[in-house]
Amino acid sequence: MEKRHLEEDYLLLSGIQHMAFCERQWALIHIEQAWAENARTMEGKYLHERADNPFENETRKDVRVVRAMPVVSKKLGLRGVADIVEFYRTGDVLEEVTVRLKNRKGWWRPCPVEYKRGRPKRDDRDAVQLCAQAMALEEMLGVKIEFGFLYYAQTKRRVEIAINQQLRTRVEELSSKMHQMFADGKTPKAQKGKHCSLCSLKEICQPSLTIRHRSVKEYLAQMVDLEVKDY
Amino acid sequence: MRKLLNTLYVTMPNAYLARDGENVLIKIDNEIRFRIPVHNLEGIVCFGFAGASPGLMHLCCERGVTLSFLTEYGKFKGRVTGKVSGNILLRKNQYRWTENEIITLRMATRFISAKIMNSRAVLHRAVRDHPQVVDTTLLTDTMKNLASLAKQLQKVKDLHTLRGVEGQAAYLYFSAFNQLILSQKEDFSMSERNRRPPLDRINCLLSFLYTLLTHEVVAALESIGLDPQAGFLHRDRPGRPSLALDVMEELRPHFADRLAATLINRNQINANGFVVKENGAVIMDEKTRKEVLVAWQKRKQEEIIHPFLEEKVPLGLVPYIQAMLLARHVRGDIEDYPPFFWK
Repeated sequence: MEKRHLEEDYLLLSGIQHMAFCERQWALIHIEQAWAENARTMEGKYLHERADNPFENETRKDVRVVRAMPVVSKKLGLRGVADIVEFYRTGDVLEEVTVRLKNRKGWWRPCPVEYKRGRPKRDDRDAVQLCAQAMALEEMLGVKIEFGFLYYAQTKRRVEIAINQQLRTRVEELSSKMHQMFADGKTPKAQKGKHCSLCSLKEICQPSLTIRHRSVKEYLAQMVDLEVKDY
Repeated sequence: MRKLLNTLYVTMPNAYLARDGENVLIKIDNEIRFRIPVHNLEGIVCFGFAGASPGLMHLCCERGVTLSFLTEYGKFKGRVTGKVSGNILLRKNQYRWTENEIITLRMATRFISAKIMNSRAVLHRAVRDHPQVVDTTLLTDTMKNLASLAKQLQKVKDLHTLRGVEGQAAYLYFSAFNQLILSQKEDFSMSERNRRPPLDRINCLLSFLYTLLTHEVVAALESIGLDPQAGFLHRDRPGRPSLALDVMEELRPHFADRLAATLINRNQINANGFVVKENGAVIMDEKTRKEVLVAWQKRKQEEIIHPFLEEKVPLGLVPYIQAMLLARHVRGDIEDYPPFFWK
């Protein structure tokens, strides 16, 4: 996994959550460029407005909060923006996990925080996004990040996520799948399931039509009431 | 299916469109007359000279709302859209296909068979609903001839012959079209299809309805990521939405022709709503245009069972469904293109 991606091949980091949710959804958004806003995605947009302001940074005692930090991972070939990265001040250097910050005293330990509308999910799509951000930050800052937080607007709670090996492997698998699919330019067929009812792209995706559809030839024959010639 | 959103038609020439947050405002003499949240809109169509603020254009681009400008008579002038969107790989395949004679002929055959069968269905409906009033012999003969032309179409080997068959079918169909007019027969009759300029009231009405349909089909193709200008049957010509015209072929009879007849038969529009110029050219007045637009919007809400999807959908979604099915075929998800048949 020492592969380095070229800058022009970077994919959007936030796409990893779509990929974790459904491969076809990712392809529809990132390959087909189809994007259907629904109420849920709109909510998310408003929620992000504050977290997205890159000029609204603050430092409270020993915590520095940086909003909208651009991040990139050459290893994963992903780029994006971390909603919030918090830096916790430690008096002393902690091996591998702290960095110096310009014009600030002490050593600082970075920790990504991702804002999400709604509540914690059963699947790992939010966690993989956070983990990908953490991995990008590690590359950029030269530190190891051991945990991060997912903040859920509906429950108004933070959930701590351990950036462990299992999650990292999942992120690597997902991102390499993304690059492979993007290179092929093929949108996979739908895997119809419960998750389809939550999907904002259901109308564009038409899961049932991609899995099984009537034979067009039969349809034409029936409608024109004529034999349809093969070309 | 995708939610059927509305198209906002602005017919007042002194209207000005502006933005207030997430809302579209219509101002007349600087006074706000109408306000609608942008997420309720699919498109805005301005007739005549309606101004729009850059802020509003920005909002439209961001939200994928097409903002089109037409002359007061419905001739398309231009449109504000966001960036070129959609999948370039899909579009490139579309371009390759339009260069391929075999595929082009197959696609053209699909559009035109559906057009002929749908024209036939329109005549059939008249015979079924009004057997006492219409000339059943004429209509039944025309229907027979149309069916045999549709059959001939399957054996056609080149586009030139196909266009010939299409021309014959159109001639037969429009020769019988007067039979669909059950009231105001003196004021509304057509001898042939003409458009530049329209020389009778029916032609004038049809041209206007076709303009509305073109707008919908172009928007549908664009939103699905296909290039509305690269067609199969219609030849490339700068500025011509050839693919939209292709897809329209199958939609014209039910969407426009039947609606035109209905509007006349119900006396929703009448002869006074048209101005006949000294040279015979016919123009529609503003009140009639409004009447037609309202009827058009209403018709889009009517539900039908889509013949291929076998799902209940509002008629207004049919252009989107056909665009989607076409993209599916170009992408290789389905083996052929299933055009829209109205039964």
